[in-house]
Amino acid sequence: MITLKPKEQPEVPLEVENVTPDAFAGKTVDEIKALPIWHGNGTVPLSDFFEVEGEAGATAAETQIIIDGDVPQTKRIGSGMTAGEITVKGNVSMYVGVGMKGGKITVEGNAKSWAGQDMSGGELTIMGNTGDYVGSSYRGDWRGMSGGLITVYGDAGNEAAEYMNGGKIVIKGDVSIMPGIHMNNGLLIIEGNVIARTGGEMAGGTIVVKGVIDEFLAGFKYHGVEKDIEVDGETIPGAFYKFTGDYAIKGANGTVYAAVAGNSHIAP
Amino acid sequence: MEHIIKNGFVYDPLNEVDGEKMDICIKDGKIVDSVSADANVIDATGKIVMPGGVDPHAHVAGAKVNVGRMYRPEDSKKDVEAAATGGRAGSGFSVPSTFMTGQRYAQMGYTTVMEAAMPPLLARHTHEEFHDTPIIDHAAFPLFGNNWFVMEYLKEGDVDGCAAYASWLLKATKGYTIKIVNPGGTEAWAWGGNVHGIHDPSPYFDIEAAEIIKGLAQVNEMLGLPHPIHLHCNDLGHPGNYETTLASFDVPKGIKVNAKTGSRDAVLYATHVQFHSYGGTSWRDVVSEAPTIANYVNKNDHIVMDIGQVTLDETTTMTADGPMEFDLHSLNGLKWANCDVELETGSGVVPFIYAARAPVPALQWAVGMELFLLTEDAKKVCLTTDSPNAGPFTRYPRVISWLMSNRARTDLMEGELHKWAQRKSSIATIDREYSFLEIAQVTRATPAKVLGLSDTKGHLGAGADADVAIYNFNPEIQNPSADYRALEAAFQHASLVLKDGIPVVKEGVVVNPTLRGRTYWVDTMLDETVYNEVVADVEKQFKQFYSVNFANYPVQDSYLPHSTPVKGVIQ
Repeated sequence: MITLKPKEQPEVPLEVENVTPDAFAGKTVDEIKALPIWHGNGTVPLSDFFEVEGEAGATAAETQIIIDGDVPQTKRIGSGMTAGEITVKGNVSMYVGVGMKGGKITVEGNAKSWAGQDMSGGELTIMGNTGDYVGSSYRGDWRGMSGGLITVYGDAGNEAAEYMNGGKIVIKGDVSIMPGIHMNNGLLIIEGNVIARTGGEMAGGTIVVKGVIDEFLAGFKYHGVEKDIEVDGETIPGAFYKFTGDYAIKGANGTVYAAVAGNSHIAP
Repeated sequence: MEHIIKNGFVYDPLNEVDGEKMDICIKDGKIVDSVSADANVIDATGKIVMPGGVDPHAHVAGAKVNVGRMYRPEDSKKDVEAAATGGRAGSGFSVPSTFMTGQRYAQMGYTTVMEAAMPPLLARHTHEEFHDTPIIDHAAFPLFGNNWFVMEYLKEGDVDGCAAYASWLLKATKGYTIKIVNPGGTEAWAWGGNVHGIHDPSPYFDIEAAEIIKGLAQVNEMLGLPHPIHLHCNDLGHPGNYETTLASFDVPKGIKVNAKTGSRDAVLYATHVQFHSYGGTSWRDVVSEAPTIANYVNKNDHIVMDIGQVTLDETTTMTADGPMEFDLHSLNGLKWANCDVELETGSGVVPFIYAARAPVPALQWAVGMELFLLTEDAKKVCLTTDSPNAGPFTRYPRVISWLMSNRARTDLMEGELHKWAQRKSSIATIDREYSFLEIAQVTRATPAKVLGLSDTKGHLGAGADADVAIYNFNPEIQNPSADYRALEAAFQHASLVLKDGIPVVKEGVVVNPTLRGRTYWVDTMLDETVYNEVVADVEKQFKQFYSVNFANYPVQDSYLPHSTPVKGVIQ
């Protein structure tokens, strides 16, 4: 296990693409200390901003990293990791778990925007809140998250699961607007409330909202009430209004389940 | 400064040099017959020497290219180059940043590149980008085919007025040629429609494409322009469009060449003909009609074409053919940018994935290859990918490898390429392979000549600009057909590239990224009285219709630090 104890977090954010089990595996503590991280337009050794202790495993899968404290100015933790584990005992900046392919990341605090962007495998867990674009695609791309699991215990911002193509996202708190926008496949479960535009321009995939959707879109077709729905091989208990759409998109085949409780205003 | 390039295998079609071992002498940026004993010796033993490449049709600078860059960050992300590799840092696979555009052309041995579509109103932006595109000489083609003034003059049969307007617009925009895109169709798109075929009148102006093409071809020769009309035919990309293409080709036939600069033979330059050579009635029954088109080109001498070869990549399409881009967006569902340029033109941008495993891209690849291989005379063909529309210009070396190696084509067809390539075209039955001389013809000589630049470009005779590309491929030892991968690599990163006698690339690395190329534009004046009348009329119309003032419209000279006017008729 390697422990990174954050020193002072700089005003200009750090980008730590090298803080992954893949990069640490098989290296000595001194080698890890010397790994370059981006600060502004240049690189500095990891040890400039973190005290490094412990021992890395021989492979990524055997390597566990603990970031022992708040790192609100540190981006891209776990970028592209394929195996192993990262635990952050505090808040993180943007792009945690970006392009993640495997392994596990747990953020015990809050994560800023773009958490799990372009993820294709592994598990990302955020105990606190997260910002916009959790589980989204790269900016501009129409091929988003394709696999893996993201769990947010708090609230999420706008455009969660944007262009999602596979995998699963569970948000236990509330979300702002446009969850599942442009979604093509996969499963998004929102246990809290949604302000508006659930599944805007979704072409496929499934969104389940257990809370209240303030405003719903006109491009969805209502199919009645279903009890104890089955999605992605699991049963979700409760009664739900079923909608398909968004028919603003040609050939759309997305599904939205909204809990009957609290949502009578969106059923026809 | 003097250089002598010794012992290379020289391919220079305009001077009928076919792989002879000979020395090339350079003095003060020009090719000369001999140099003094003090000349810097460049050893090209075992290497190929060609004039600098000339690209007659690409989209590299200006508003729509920049829209492509801005709205495709995912394209930038997948191709990033650090400054450490020579030159300036940049990004973008299909729409590279300006600096990377110039550098990558230079790395391939290209030294002259034409921007094929400039909305006149946005000329200033185009010239600004040229200023930041290093090394390559360049020019921009203003769009005329859907211009209100052009359509009105031609509708009234006032060819003299149209010619005066054209000469003013070329001067005002510092443009090089008369570019025609989907004549009448882009204007129709502003009304929500399109035109189909050359006899379908556009709304309001009530003029047919055939009249626009014919009128502008007459204007082109009246003005004595170096390049013929540059035509993107109607019905691009529609199954069954080859009939429109053939009909369009016939329109300017019989008009006499009257170029005041250069020595072209053609009165029509047809661009990205691959996209215009489809038979059938739908994407289900589409077939290649490339043999029919090639047959026409073989039998007619008034035409030169470029191909627009599909390279089987994910790319970004961009054209002034606004309605076509909407059709494409409807087909692939990917993001669509659309723009209307006031009285002049329009444009659209849509990403496109030419997947080798998909039927239509495979057929499009085959259609392009058939056009290359069935057109007998390489003097009528230019190598392009309509970059980035059918693929980025950085794939020219791969296109060269397909042309020179039947094995490269067979390996592709027997590999991942969808069987539609064989089933719906004749490509599998063609075993022709281009020679190095023919490659030099389609990438240097033909484009330079048809652009009217062959006095100084596209050859290595005395008096030419000393733009020279040297490639690490030994035709005595290596076989391009068998070793097509080495061929592609050699043409991707030239061994040495000289621009005006100055080394700009060494072993594939850009060594002179601050060098800037010339901007060619056409200066012509047919009849001063008519010209003044027309300009006065245009000024009046500006007040009524344009969003900018007449005085603010022309591009100031300061935008062209390397201004190189080419003369048309001056009276």
